[in-house]
Amino acid sequence: MPVSRITARFDKAKAENRAVLVAYLMAGDPDLETSYEALCALRDNGADIIELGAPFTDPMADGPAIQKAGLRSLAAGTTLKDTLALAKRFREDDPDTPLILMGYANPVHLMGYETFAEAASQAGVDGSIIVDLPPEEDAPLRAAYATRDLAVIRMATPTTTESRMKTVAENASGFVYYVAIAGITGAGSADPEDIREGVDMARRVSGLPVCVGFGVKNGEQAAAMAHIADGVVVGSAFVDNAKTAQESGDLGLAASGMGRLAKELSEAIRSVRLEPSAT
Amino acid sequence: MSIQNTWDQWPDEHGRFGDFGGRYVAETLMPLILDLETEYRAAKEDPAFAAEMDDLWKHYVGRPSPLYFAERLSEHHGGAKIYFKRDELNHTGAHKINNCLGQILLAKRMGKTRIIAETGAGQHGVATATVCARFGLPCVVFMGETDVERQKPNVFRMKLLGAEIVPVSSGTGTLKDAMNEALRDWVTNVDSTFYCIGTAAGPHPYPELVRDFQSVIGREAREQIQEREGRLPDAVMACIGGGSNAIGLFHPFIEDENVRLIGVEAAGHGVETGEHAAALNGGLPGILHGNKTYLLQSEDGQIIDAHSISAGLDYPGIGPEHAFLRDTGRAEYLTCTDQEALDAFQLCTRLEGIIPALEPAHALARVGEVANDLGPDGLLIMNLCGRGDKDVFSVAEALGVEI
Repeated sequence: MPVSRITARFDKAKAENRAVLVAYLMAGDPDLETSYEALCALRDNGADIIELGAPFTDPMADGPAIQKAGLRSLAAGTTLKDTLALAKRFREDDPDTPLILMGYANPVHLMGYETFAEAASQAGVDGSIIVDLPPEEDAPLRAAYATRDLAVIRMATPTTTESRMKTVAENASGFVYYVAIAGITGAGSADPEDIREGVDMARRVSGLPVCVGFGVKNGEQAAAMAHIADGVVVGSAFVDNAKTAQESGDLGLAASGMGRLAKELSEAIRSVRLEPSAT
Repeated sequence: MSIQNTWDQWPDEHGRFGDFGGRYVAETLMPLILDLETEYRAAKEDPAFAAEMDDLWKHYVGRPSPLYFAERLSEHHGGAKIYFKRDELNHTGAHKINNCLGQILLAKRMGKTRIIAETGAGQHGVATATVCARFGLPCVVFMGETDVERQKPNVFRMKLLGAEIVPVSSGTGTLKDAMNEALRDWVTNVDSTFYCIGTAAGPHPYPELVRDFQSVIGREAREQIQEREGRLPDAVMACIGGGSNAIGLFHPFIEDENVRLIGVEAAGHGVETGEHAAALNGGLPGILHGNKTYLLQSEDGQIIDAHSISAGLDYPGIGPEHAFLRDTGRAEYLTCTDQEALDAFQLCTRLEGIIPALEPAHALARVGEVANDLGPDGLLIMNLCGRGDKDVFSVAEALGVEI
């Protein structure tokens, strides 16, 4: 039964002739209660899929916004177990919204791939993106996921050639996360026309939906990406709301700010009717 | 694992040393490191590449470095004869340049036009900036803020050499943070940039190629000791941060199972205090900076900042080949505290008239015990991998002397 919630969500969006909105937030930033409220606000305002970041001290692919989000979360004492518990709490009264764990390999490796997979499965998580586990290194994770309804989501980039894409696509599931710019999260944005070919190639080779992320911050950019992709991922712009909330001392601003942004992005994406070639 | 007499066959085709090593990088970097591997294989086969390296090593670096009998230190300890492999006499004052030359020549072959590097003590940064000046390549060095502060002379040297220094404030502003930032720069500038890693760690093929470039140390030492003593040493010793000088000394002796390979990790205030940089003696296997190896980490898998008086050893990981040599028992790994290193620093300076860097002072601190263990007929080679000029300010401070 492979990755049923994710597939269902893409099918639903396809039926509505639109792309999905994938929203990222860091678990425990600035605390777990706030993250829970933010998860609900994202869902209630049109986020189709939620990526729940697990904090790591050395996030080598992330820019300053997500680096600092991770440090805020770690300062509050958030562990991988806490992140999984947060997912479980959300899943208790939300049976449908796909939840993807996003993070780095070391905490998962130390917990043990099998233990992690079981805990993630119990928590109602639907898959993971482990940034520093490329296809060459994710065999133990795949083995642990094989018997469970968990997706191994992999990344493609503008530097990914077609032959490399075949390696990336092999054993990948859920969707392909297409990194729009060679760089770190939260940096400059890509011109959709520059990556259209790469996105099409990733979709053709993998047979999976392709979501584009990195550098998308507002409705206008999201709408532009929605023309060429099956989904649009937004991270740093959401995370900035947790920063604002902590700095102002009013943690409620995190959920309300993220909700507002999700609404803007979701409406922008829904305003775009996909061209037949991209569906 | 069938490892008998096949020590030099690692890494395997997956870039692994046993279970360690590998290529744990974001997909953005995969095409680059696969490319680098192909280029490195080609360079290794190319006699012109080796000839250019040899020429530069000889005329620019000053190789071979001497193998020196430390007579008074040997007498002082009263055990085996202690030899120093004098890599502190290299141009730029440490072993780092052996590797930089190799990597920059590789970068040139690959048509890269911009070099980035991370640095802790500043030795690798200085060596990279030096070679970049020599070849007219722009050089950007990432250095933790804390290290910028405690290694001011090296910061100025790099600037004189034309390098741009980027102080890194994330984390605790030390070597690991500098490496994170260098990796971030690399993924952002994939087309133009070559990442010149300073130690035998990182994603495959870096641990292998850095080891190969540094192995000139062990090859020379092997030849020199046989010339001087007519036989192989009983033990070779080196300090370990990431472990490049140690693996460079060890590797040419790796098949000689009667030669003990001994690394010395920085124990900071003591391994039991938690404030140290001894990944093998006080860490657990994990994944960081592109490779699986021993790491200082919390119960949740978060990386713990290392502590050492020596900026060059202040790293929470260790090259993957050392992790492998430790687990298989082929090499031994001892520790040395800040205080012991300071004592050894002074002892060597007074007895031999050689001011060592604080990094090899860690190996010096354990030399006496190993020499005694080997006995008066024994032969020991220690890699004096850097000179102490850069450290005189921090040593003065540690000794409470105002200069």
